[in-house]
Amino acid sequence: MKKMELFDTLFWFYLWLQFHQYQVVGRAHPTESDEHPKIYRMKLWATNEFSDFWVLLNIFIKYFLRKLKKAKKSNSQVLTINEKNPTKIKNYGIWLRYQSCIGYHNMYKGYRDTTLNGVVKQMYTKMASRHRVRFPCIQIIKIVTIPAKLCKRDNSKQFHNSKIKFPLVVKKVRPPTRKLKTTYKASRPNLFM
Amino acid sequence: MPFKRYVEIGRVALVNYGKDYGKLVVIVDVVDQNRALVDAPDMVRSQMNFKRLTLADIKIDINRVPKKKTLIDAMEKADVKNKWENSSWGRKLIVQKRRTSLNDFDRFKLMLAKIKFWVVFNVLKIGIMLGILFPIPMKAGMVRQELAKLKKETAA
Repeated sequence: MKKMELFDTLFWFYLWLQFHQYQVVGRAHPTESDEHPKIYRMKLWATNEFSDFWVLLNIFIKYFLRKLKKAKKSNSQVLTINEKNPTKIKNYGIWLRYQSCIGYHNMYKGYRDTTLNGVVKQMYTKMASRHRVRFPCIQIIKIVTIPAKLCKRDNSKQFHNSKIKFPLVVKKVRPPTRKLKTTYKASRPNLFM
Repeated sequence: MPFKRYVEIGRVALVNYGKDYGKLVVIVDVVDQNRALVDAPDMVRSQMNFKRLTLADIKIDINRVPKKKTLIDAMEKADVKNKWENSSWGRKLIVQKRRTSLNDFDRFKLMLAKIKFWVVFNVLKIGIMLGILFPIPMKAGMVRQELAKLKKETAA
């Protein structure tokens, strides 16, 4: 699958992935038998840096449209594409379906973040690191903001504390700009916070 | 050594990297292990990685995610600005800033002031060592201590 390889390499090149949410609306072409075919809306996440983003978009929508309704690329149309945006920490639950070398699996993942796009970015990077699943092999089924009571993952639940307090163990000593970075230092840095 | 500075709601931190470098911010909530929601009177509330923050000794009394106005009031009440500027860390940063903003004429004036100071210093030092200025000639170590006191007084 040549396209998959391209996406894979792009994924690793562009590590600074800023995910945007796109809302794609499409439907099958109106035909004689079906004057007003049902319009389907799908939320997609992708970065801008895919050069053939539009192709990806079309692939996605045709894949899903085809599953839902008898529509092929030739007889369906994309109606609109727009983006979304928001700064309060929320707990998100993501249901996803991903393809591993063995087969397809379903997963539920819980993350904490301020924005939806931030969670999606987190999810993609974490799936890639923990399960070696790349961007094209993940399908997001549902994303929901969850009240703190319903959070399942301990990793998120440990931050549900209004009097949270923990020390930072190691101080990362680095120059304030990359220009001031040097290979050698005169003295050993002090890593104690 | 136990930890003295904790990440907690109300902890004041200095941004040590990035666009907001040098700003004093308050940790207003914790997103997860690596990031905090951070706020300051003159910036939009945003999330920041802990790697960009250096915790300070100052902590203010606020609830989780306060309104901007509440935050500003709490900062005034805790007198963050003055506490920071009087702390040794804060003072060092102010001196650094001052030094980088000197122009050539200022540097010239500074050079003259330094020369003047050291001339007086050395005269006094030799005077004390020989016993001319003080009745008893002192040992070098004691001289250094006395002169250090003098230096602190004149530098202040």
